[in-house]
Amino acid sequence: MDVQPNPSKEFALSRSERDSAACAVGGILNEQGRTFDGSRILRMMANMHDRSNGLGGGFAAYGIYPEHKDLYAFHVMLDNAAAREAFEEFLRRYYEIETEEVIPTAPLREIRNRPILRRYFVSLRQRVLGEHYDLTEQDLVVRHVMQVNGNIKGAVVFSSGKNMGIFKGVGYPEDIGRFFRIEEYEGYLWISHGRFPTNTTGWWGGAHPFGLLDFAVVHNGEISSYGINRRYLANFGYHCTMHTDTEVVTYLFDMLLRKHGLGIEEACIALAPPFWDDIERMEPQKRELVKALRITYAGALLNGPFGVILGHTRGMIGFNDRIKLRPMYAARRGDEVFLASEEAAIREISPQLDSVWQADGGKPVICELKVPLAAPEKEPARA
Amino acid sequence: MRRWLVQPEFKVERDPARCIQCQVCVRQCANDVHSYDEDDELVSSDGASCVGCHRCATLCPTGAIAIGRSQLDFKPNANWTPENIRNVYKQAEGGGVLLSSMGNDKPWRVYWDHLLLNAAQVTNPSIDPLREPMELVTYLGRKPDQVRVERGPDGKAKLATEIAPQLKLRTPIMFSAMSYGSISYNASRALAQAAAEAGTFANTGEGGLHTDFRPYASNMIVQVASGRFGVDPDYLNIAAAVEIKIGQGAKPGIGGHLPGEKVDAAISRTRMIPQGTDAISPAPHHDIYSIEDLLQLICAIKEATGHRKPVSVKIAAVHNVSAVASGAVRAGADIVAIDGLRGGTGAAPTTIRDNVGIPIELALAAVDSRLREEGIRNRASLVAAGSFRSAADVAKAIALGADAVYIGTAAAVAMGCHLCQRCYTGKCNWGIATQDPFLTKRLNPDVATRRLTNLLRGWSLEIKEMLGGMGVNAIESLRGNREHLRAVGLSDREMAILGVKPAGE
Repeated sequence: MDVQPNPSKEFALSRSERDSAACAVGGILNEQGRTFDGSRILRMMANMHDRSNGLGGGFAAYGIYPEHKDLYAFHVMLDNAAAREAFEEFLRRYYEIETEEVIPTAPLREIRNRPILRRYFVSLRQRVLGEHYDLTEQDLVVRHVMQVNGNIKGAVVFSSGKNMGIFKGVGYPEDIGRFFRIEEYEGYLWISHGRFPTNTTGWWGGAHPFGLLDFAVVHNGEISSYGINRRYLANFGYHCTMHTDTEVVTYLFDMLLRKHGLGIEEACIALAPPFWDDIERMEPQKRELVKALRITYAGALLNGPFGVILGHTRGMIGFNDRIKLRPMYAARRGDEVFLASEEAAIREISPQLDSVWQADGGKPVICELKVPLAAPEKEPARA
Repeated sequence: MRRWLVQPEFKVERDPARCIQCQVCVRQCANDVHSYDEDDELVSSDGASCVGCHRCATLCPTGAIAIGRSQLDFKPNANWTPENIRNVYKQAEGGGVLLSSMGNDKPWRVYWDHLLLNAAQVTNPSIDPLREPMELVTYLGRKPDQVRVERGPDGKAKLATEIAPQLKLRTPIMFSAMSYGSISYNASRALAQAAAEAGTFANTGEGGLHTDFRPYASNMIVQVASGRFGVDPDYLNIAAAVEIKIGQGAKPGIGGHLPGEKVDAAISRTRMIPQGTDAISPAPHHDIYSIEDLLQLICAIKEATGHRKPVSVKIAAVHNVSAVASGAVRAGADIVAIDGLRGGTGAAPTTIRDNVGIPIELALAAVDSRLREEGIRNRASLVAAGSFRSAADVAKAIALGADAVYIGTAAAVAMGCHLCQRCYTGKCNWGIATQDPFLTKRLNPDVATRRLTNLLRGWSLEIKEMLGGMGVNAIESLRGNREHLRAVGLSDREMAILGVKPAGE
């Protein structure tokens, strides 16, 4: 499939192939799977207001659609009625649509030029799966998302996971959060982003988090290896259509974790491997593994300054470039773990912390649920 | 007597006020440009046979010798250049094939000079290679599609994918194939020693591996060419890797010929041919008439080496180079070396050297793109060859998609070559492309080794500076990263083939 870039006219003003950005990132996970609403991550991001410039903000929330937890929740930006028609025709071809609705928003003076925002709770038609003996259901969803984003003019699927959702757009993160009424959702994991793009005017599709299936990535920094990461991914059928370097991070995680079945630690080694001098000093079993990862996934190495948070169904990962050119704080309080660009943002919502530390360059901070996900408990109301 | 119509290319001027009649020039010139008249006690020069190698001028203790272009100009003619006219004279005289050495010297577009590298500003910091690690380590060889991991009872992750044999390079620059025979023993020794010292590889060419160089074999790539000179199981197994030479950039489609007078006892032993016989490499391998035959040879070599060595296939950059490269990868090549239009040679028909093949820049870009389109880029490493003149050329090649480069001409120049393009005469005054013991002893292998390692060090430092400037700290982040290149003065079509954008975009 040859995917052409999709410079969606109404709200896409990307001039360069790749957008780079400084930014704020944050994340909160309740390790017991207890849910809480979006007001705290909103305060966290508001605290880091100056790290954004109003050209993009967004949130990913996990556990918010328990009533539809077995359905893919597609969040879609649509330029106009024609785009909606084209998208829905495409969608109906492959999916049963259980529910579709407008994503609820609150009118806000700060948020302008919004696209049509809709969500669809869908399941893949079995017939479609039967046509592809070599592809899994998730492979097909990935392929469809890429087809929409690459080929359907004016339509962007910006969230495609189950029981999770991404809310993003052009504006400061705290405004975007209020616009999407995130206080009304209950999730056990929230990650967020405030954007300071430097190469482009912001566009709604270019805001973070970037999502694919259950993965959501927020990213502070610039991927200087973007050119080769994008070409490397193309080898494996991933086509970058969003004009931003963060997209490659999302796809690389999807490929390494889901397709290649690597553990989180191994995936992070592939993306930000240790220096060769350090590899040489490792004990033999580890050395062989790390060396194999590094030479095999050379095209996946993420270079340049970045602090990334990856959200997934079972938790989140905080992750810096190899020489730590971007900030990333981690902290813990009881069952809650926090990641943020600044310690102050964490203290804003949890002044007392059991521990707080800076993530090392190239070494992931892995935050995972400690319980099975079957029946997440509702967190008791806070005083 | 008939007059030879070909007038001299150079004129040699001697400043009588400076010349002290020491006769250094007389002894240094193998072309007999300088002579000493014992009766007159006077050194004099006849520029007619001067090749412009500067040996005499370089060694003249008083700086008395100047070498310039002959002033005998033809009537200006943009079509019939002096070279065209002279070549017709030569062939009218001899009726033979005109020979040349070194790489194409015609003004074909050098794409490196139309490509500019990127640097970081503000949003991504540049990295100072003097303060931060800057990694050039490169592994050549087949890479798996993915790595599989299994966990032991202790929960520790363990590699479960077998990784094919790899060559580890400390810097992504290797010495290109130059056979012992085409170059001297001392030059061969220097290349082997320098490769070992710098943590890279030297290529034997099709000349076999002299027993003296076996200690360096772990830093040598041995070639299996159409003449099969010097090939036996020991030769294949002692080396770090084996390269099947299909073609050479300077003479695509053409074999090789080492004249019998150069085949002395040592070369005879090394090439495994009788002393004094011509060493003729046929144009094709006579056991490779198609791609499936190449597959068989690759398999045979892998079997002979117990699948412990990467096998490289070297091809010349010709019009359908991407199809050829793709075929080689699918036939099992672990490394594909592509030699471009400007690649060097010890001897080639001039008309072939100057007119056959395509520039390495376009060939490399086309092959890298093609292998990626086919999803097989990871199955083989790409090595580019064909005239790298500076660290910037190397960096640009890596950005276009090369894993590493071969340098031949630059290595010869580092050892003292002045690009007079007369290697085929066997009279190299610098002791590089000759077997004349009087000339070969001029090249001190240890001095030459140091000059080669200095060159590699200098270029490596410069590549590190360029990487750091771009804000990346590992060579793999530049490899194939054409976002770090911009073109100036190229057509849309050329830029599309190179996969680069114009400067300003």
